[in-house]
Amino acid sequence: MEGAIKDWRNDIYKVFKELDITMVSHVPDAGHTPLINLCEKDNEIDVVTLTTEQDGVGLSCGAFAGGRKSALLMQSSGVGNCINALALPNICRIPFLTLVSMRGEWGEFVPWQVPMGLGTPKVLEAMDVKVFRADYKEEVGSTVDAAARFAFNTNRSVAVLLSQKMIGAKQFKNG
Amino acid sequence: MIERRPFVQKILKNRQSNLRVVSGLGTSTWDLMSGGDDKANFGFIGAMGQAIPFALGLAMAQPDLRILLFTGDGDTLMSLGSIATVANHPVTNLTIVVMDNESYVETGSQPTATAGKTNLEIVAKGSGISNSYTIKNEKDYDRLIKTIYEEKGPSLVVAKCQAKATPLVFPHSFDGSVSINRFMSTLKS
Repeated sequence: MEGAIKDWRNDIYKVFKELDITMVSHVPDAGHTPLINLCEKDNEIDVVTLTTEQDGVGLSCGAFAGGRKSALLMQSSGVGNCINALALPNICRIPFLTLVSMRGEWGEFVPWQVPMGLGTPKVLEAMDVKVFRADYKEEVGSTVDAAARFAFNTNRSVAVLLSQKMIGAKQFKNG
Repeated sequence: MIERRPFVQKILKNRQSNLRVVSGLGTSTWDLMSGGDDKANFGFIGAMGQAIPFALGLAMAQPDLRILLFTGDGDTLMSLGSIATVANHPVTNLTIVVMDNESYVETGSQPTATAGKTNLEIVAKGSGISNSYTIKNEKDYDRLIKTIYEEKGPSLVVAKCQAKATPLVFPHSFDGSVSINRFMSTLKS
């Protein structure tokens, strides 16, 4: 056992704690599940399950207006649902942070995941979202930390794409 | 049928200091602004469908305040799922008032689903917001005030109102960053 399984989601959770991110909304994805579980066990973090990813944009902005920092977790397929909602943090200069688990890129076996997977970075950039990317487990913590600071220091919208290569085919074997 | 603008103005005129008001895009924002400029208001002018989730986030972050959202049937219908989210992550301090004129008045009064078979009170109840009711008359003002300030939320009130265009009343600024910063200056973080 002894700490051999050092999950990179722990590194994201640490960033949440360090930066006082106390609200986490999501439409679940297997890639985010360990992080969602960590947040649900934490009494200082409110976890909100959404019915569509775009509602996480509004929720996050309302929470920030009220003085709380949050993050939206979603799969790449959810990014397309958020496009018009992203006008809200943009025009109000509200910091917005989303972590996106990628599908449709590395060894994908479901063809339906490919169109939005290919479109994800383009769509985000088209909406003026600063896009960071983590391809390796070792860089997740520093990337999410940098992205979150970028968002909250510059009042911009920021996404971190968590690569399918890193999340791994293993995640989907049992599915 | 309620005449929406005087009804909204009456609520605003008698507002208590612990109230923060948000409005969904279009007519709801012009209604809100018609009550006079107030930093404790925030009106959407776009991002259709986002007013309910925004109000939920605000209510969660400011549990000691009462949060009132005025929005339209069109805005509400765009994000019906957000009603389920509100019901399942309940906040006691949120009242959603849907100014239901059964039409997209801003674009030429095309009928919405509530002009047909859809009933937002039943949608809210079915989604799990038990404190949901419909008002059709100015006489229901007192009941609504009690809901806004005293009752345990979340509440969703459908206010059936006349489908007629009202004069545009713009906010202090169309720049969202100005609006949100003025609004946030009234909040303790």
